[in-house]
Amino acid sequence: MENSNSIANEKIIQDLLPQKFGRSGKIWTGILVAFCLVGLFAYYRQLRYGLIVTSMRDYVSWGIYISNFVFFVAISLVGSLITAVFRLADVHWSTPLTRIAEIIAVAAIIFASLIIIVDMGSPERFYNLFIHGRLQSPIIWDVIVITTYFFISILLLYFPLLPDIQILLRFKEKSGTRLHKFYSFIGSFWKGTPEQFKLSEKAINILCITIIPVAFSIHTVTSWLFATTYRPGWDSTNFGAYFISGAFLVGAGGVVVAMYVFKKAYHLEKYITPDHFEKMGRIVVLLALLYLYFNVNEYLVPAFKMKKSEEAHLNGLFTGEFAPLFWFAISVGMLIPIVILLFKKGRRPLPVFIAGIMVVVGAWFKRYLIVTPTLLHPFLPMTNVPDNYRHYFPSWEEWAIALGSLAGAMLVITILSRIFPIIPIQETITEQHETAE
Amino acid sequence: MKQENNSRRDFLLTGLAAAGLAVGCSSKKNAFEAGAEEGIKASGKKVKLLSVDGEVIEVDEAFLKPVPALPAVSNSEARLGIGGKKFVMVIDLSRCKNLRKCQESCDHMHSLSPGQNWIKVDSMDDAEHTAPYWQPTTCMHCDEPPCVKVCPVDATFKRQDGIVLIDSDRCIGCRFCMAACPYSTRVFNWGAPQISAELAAQPYSCESSVPQKKGTVGKCDFCPDMARKGELPHCVSACPNGTFFFGDLNEDTVSNGAETFRFSELIKDKAGYRLMEDLGTKPSVYYLPPVNRNFPYETGLDNDTKEKK
Repeated sequence: MENSNSIANEKIIQDLLPQKFGRSGKIWTGILVAFCLVGLFAYYRQLRYGLIVTSMRDYVSWGIYISNFVFFVAISLVGSLITAVFRLADVHWSTPLTRIAEIIAVAAIIFASLIIIVDMGSPERFYNLFIHGRLQSPIIWDVIVITTYFFISILLLYFPLLPDIQILLRFKEKSGTRLHKFYSFIGSFWKGTPEQFKLSEKAINILCITIIPVAFSIHTVTSWLFATTYRPGWDSTNFGAYFISGAFLVGAGGVVVAMYVFKKAYHLEKYITPDHFEKMGRIVVLLALLYLYFNVNEYLVPAFKMKKSEEAHLNGLFTGEFAPLFWFAISVGMLIPIVILLFKKGRRPLPVFIAGIMVVVGAWFKRYLIVTPTLLHPFLPMTNVPDNYRHYFPSWEEWAIALGSLAGAMLVITILSRIFPIIPIQETITEQHETAE
Repeated sequence: MKQENNSRRDFLLTGLAAAGLAVGCSSKKNAFEAGAEEGIKASGKKVKLLSVDGEVIEVDEAFLKPVPALPAVSNSEARLGIGGKKFVMVIDLSRCKNLRKCQESCDHMHSLSPGQNWIKVDSMDDAEHTAPYWQPTTCMHCDEPPCVKVCPVDATFKRQDGIVLIDSDRCIGCRFCMAACPYSTRVFNWGAPQISAELAAQPYSCESSVPQKKGTVGKCDFCPDMARKGELPHCVSACPNGTFFFGDLNEDTVSNGAETFRFSELIKDKAGYRLMEDLGTKPSVYYLPPVNRNFPYETGLDNDTKEKK
């Protein structure tokens, strides 16, 4: 029994060790790096000439940078859902997904912080937030909670990694000298003693408990950047809950997409099983229904009253210039995935993957629709301004930077999955044993 | 800029000509040290100067350097405001015919870039059975300013005299104030302001709002630099029809230069009101309804079509 166990363990370790990029991995990384470089070039132009290179103007003063920021903050919430909520609820089937979720969370929160700096007109004065910061501004709240969330997410990625790094250190020839040095730098103190396990278990539990309110805070505060203003479409008491439910949805969507890609790329069929897709499919459909419910509240209640200030905004979304995008985001981001995932056949890996992509794409455009149309419907008429102030379509620099940031987040995910086991090895082994007994 | 290429002698002469020579004696790195670093030799000829602290000091002539025009008041004074005052504006809609002289003079005096306007004249014409009218808008200098509430770095602030100003040396360009302002009064310097290099090199003053800077927000400032001189804001004196009245609530008077009224009586007699009272922003700008008009609405249309072309 002991012997067969160790054989099984070796098999698991061999299966789950980080693998070098294959041909497609290299191409994929190359494409992402190319997007990032184009984005960097566009940002260089923006630094040099100012935000004039964007299409934002005095009325639409926030554009796709801000919607991209909201998107990143939203998707990063998934780390707290899969890791913390499931862990505290003693759900075990999600173990193979925890690291994927945590990596997505870390990558997204990094790029949320970067993109908000990109949006600043005077980024060289960023330090003013620290020397002149005033607690009454929701931006300061955002700075505080996002920084906190960033560190908790990093730790929540790091602590469960330690036992795996101990395993990785055994395979020096496979990882190469540089990577080996890196592993021993971050994890050589871990000996796997019972005390260390106990300590780590405790720390992870504390992190799991703290990350939930912090996660709620980051997205609630992000929603307050809008809801604390008077503008039609933003002036809503529904906004916090609406944003949180949307965030969990896009995060869960992101995880099923990543699950599918990693399963294919690293041949993890034994570890990420159809059962995982079935269960994640159920979660996504539940979250999509929840988000739909908040959308009904958000749009239909004001539409029933049709206050004058809301009227132009809502008509623009329902039947006006934003209608195609609005109905695309509602149907692709919610309705169609709900229909697919309600059926058992729809919860097989491929359909779940497709529904996941739809959720993520729909969510990105949904964020755009939350930010921009409102700004095109100010209370007073748009007067005495050049004609291009009355419309908004992002410039190539904005697209390049937004796409570059998305590529950058995926690059971080790709690199982290290259250097760390994408499925926790130690935890998988432990659970294998528990089920065997 | 050319001056820099001239001989040092010329340079120094210009320096002496820079009247007052309010050299920053109290600044940490003073001008004299800077001169010494550049290798200027003392000429032996001393000049007496009055320092900002009120002391008479003696300085070698060779160390005198031209200094750019300094703001009349320090940043901390500008943030406090003028004691005992509470500035208000009254805009009489019955007198406006969209001439936009207010806008012109405001743009000119604040050296705004083309396309930027701190004063806008809205055509209020969207209701079916109501009479259209022209509505000039400035910053409302709200007593509960939503923009100040959201500013993360105290770059926009409310002064004791009621004026809301912007410190362009501190603004980080997040544009949250623009999103928060329901009156859409704030404009952004999306690119580098199109102003002379000489002006751009001047130190920024919150009270004159000049020079505007790339990547920061700008808006109507109620011209506190004029108020310090006891003069009316540029828009008030520029309007040939006397549409704008400016004054002090504590004195209860407002004036357009030609006529002066008791503020409280004017508001009472003519049923003055403020924009979007329901939002609770408590603006400092009052409007008098467009009754018994001096001009029909249509006379303003000429100016409007010019712009749309």
